Amino acid sequence: MAEEILRMENITKAYELGEEEFLALRGVDLVVDRGEFLAVLGPSGSGKSTLMNIIGCLDVPTSGEYYLSGKLIANESEKELARIRSKEIGFIFQSFQLLQRQTAYENVELPLIYANMPEHKRKERVEEMLEKVGLADKMYNLPNQLSGGQQQRVAIARAIATNPTILLADEPTGALDQKTGRQVMELFHELNNEGRTIIMITHDAKIASHAGRIVRILDGNISEGDLEDA
Amino acid sequence: MLNFGILSQSFRMSMQNIKSNKMRSFLTMLGIIIGVAAVIGLITIVQSVSNYVMNEFSSLGAGTVSVSAFGNAMKQGLNDNDIQTLNGIEGVAGVSPTVSLTGTAVFETEAFDKVNIDGKAAVYFQRNPELVEAGRPLTVSDMSGDTNVCIVDHTFIEKVMLGHEIIGNTIRLNGMEYTIVGIQGKSNNLQGAFMDTSDSDGTVLVPYHNALRLTGKANVNSLEVYIEDGVESAEVEKRLRSALNNIYNNADNSFSVFNFESLMTAMSTIEGMMSTMLGGIASIALLVGGIGIMNMMLVSVSERTKEIGLRKALGAEPFRIQAQFLIESIVLSVFGGIIGILFGELIAFVAAKLLDTTFTVSVSAVSLGFFFSLAVGVIFGWMPAKRASELNPIDALRSE
Repeated sequence: MAEEILRMENITKAYELGEEEFLALRGVDLVVDRGEFLAVLGPSGSGKSTLMNIIGCLDVPTSGEYYLSGKLIANESEKELARIRSKEIGFIFQSFQLLQRQTAYENVELPLIYANMPEHKRKERVEEMLEKVGLADKMYNLPNQLSGGQQQRVAIARAIATNPTILLADEPTGALDQKTGRQVMELFHELNNEGRTIIMITHDAKIASHAGRIVRILDGNISEGDLEDA
Repeated sequence: MLNFGILSQSFRMSMQNIKSNKMRSFLTMLGIIIGVAAVIGLITIVQSVSNYVMNEFSSLGAGTVSVSAFGNAMKQGLNDNDIQTLNGIEGVAGVSPTVSLTGTAVFETEAFDKVNIDGKAAVYFQRNPELVEAGRPLTVSDMSGDTNVCIVDHTFIEKVMLGHEIIGNTIRLNGMEYTIVGIQGKSNNLQGAFMDTSDSDGTVLVPYHNALRLTGKANVNSLEVYIEDGVESAEVEKRLRSALNNIYNNADNSFSVFNFESLMTAMSTIEGMMSTMLGGIASIALLVGGIGIMNMMLVSVSERTKEIGLRKALGAEPFRIQAQFLIESIVLSVFGGIIGILFGELIAFVAAKLLDTTFTVSVSAVSLGFFFSLAVGVIFGWMPAKRASELNPIDALRSE
């Protein structure tokens, strides 16, 4: 039986909007096993960003239980959440989110510094990661000296550097043209084949179709979808 | 854990940030530069001026208490017995009576009638070993009153004996024949500067008994009391006063005692007050500079909200964010502080040249400037850094 690394039980998330309360998530149940490539497909305003924030431990649910690697994430302090993110989650964003004044090398090094990896090990790891995404020759380039696709690959190298439990991608191809988007998806497949768990949030059914499993989210409710629907 | 890697990385980041906002960083630092330069400059100037004045005063009378014994109707000045009594007081190293008069000197056939004749004791020469630059000083064996020896100064040589053999030569002072045994060096202290000697024919130092005989008086009215090294001058002054009261049978207004040391204590109190006051005024500039740094850091935090969010998403704990911004503020402030120290020393150097005092780098002022700027960096960087560390990563990431 596959190893379960993420379990959500009846997760809700409420926001105060002036006087009114807005429910972004209305009782979400979700289980993800190790090695899965899961797409969460939904239009904007469906609650998918909220779901991503909770999966990524950037936010905590209003009610319900969220287990990550068997650990209940509930009333953790900011500091504790940061540690969990450092260990468990590798983020990939739509707009890459690279530090513009830092080289590709330094960008990839950043999460390793926060994870307290000693310097000599960091160097080895950063070089390995950039080699893996095919950018060994661009190591000391600044982000603005790289194409969009290359920047996203730096971001992917950064996301996998700490060897996190889950790779959490938010519209990873949203800012890329079709061709480079496909290349990024190929890289995702490659990483998934190596056994990495990937959760990808997207509104694009075509991109979602790259995943091994798709769940749909609409108005804060989640439903298992299948590939034909996409 | 805060390790060296984090510190050096934060330091590198803050240097990058300062470099990429050169103009803004410079203007921000300017407040600190001006503040520190003002503090350093003013304190150094006050210190070097007062050091100069103190040095001059101490060359006049460190370890010395001056006694003026003008006396009263019953008893005039002090006689030899009284001087012996004062000399025997615990803590007194020696007593040098001063007898001054203006007399006539005759050299060969020419007469000069505006010669200062000063009577001194042997201890005066012991206490001022550099006074006599050639020949010998007057010694205890000269003090009997029967030895007619003297020491002349350069003014006397120029006016009276230019071109002649000095030491061993003889002159007549108020009719008595004196043998010159030594030459007094040029004085460049305050005493020399205060005394207008342009009109006089120079100074001749003689044993004080001889000077008394020349004045025709039996008593000494003025004397210097030297205090033993390491003895509290105020204590000796007290004993001296009580001995003088005995001598004058407690009659009022018979003498006055002037302690140089208490003058110097007063001077150093004034210096301390001046330093504190000027330093206080200058640190207002430092305060304004600190507010400038806080303002820039707040702008920096709001500009880099997204970066902060990203760092948090990548696993940065709040205190690491705080440390990064705090280091940036400290770098900015200390960097400004160092430039300010250099400027301040430059101001002090120029001031020393203009005031003709010696320029000394005051270690206390430099370290004060350094730690002030460090403190400003910490104090005014704390709030912006704390604010950065408390940003919600979701909102921060979403901000554009």
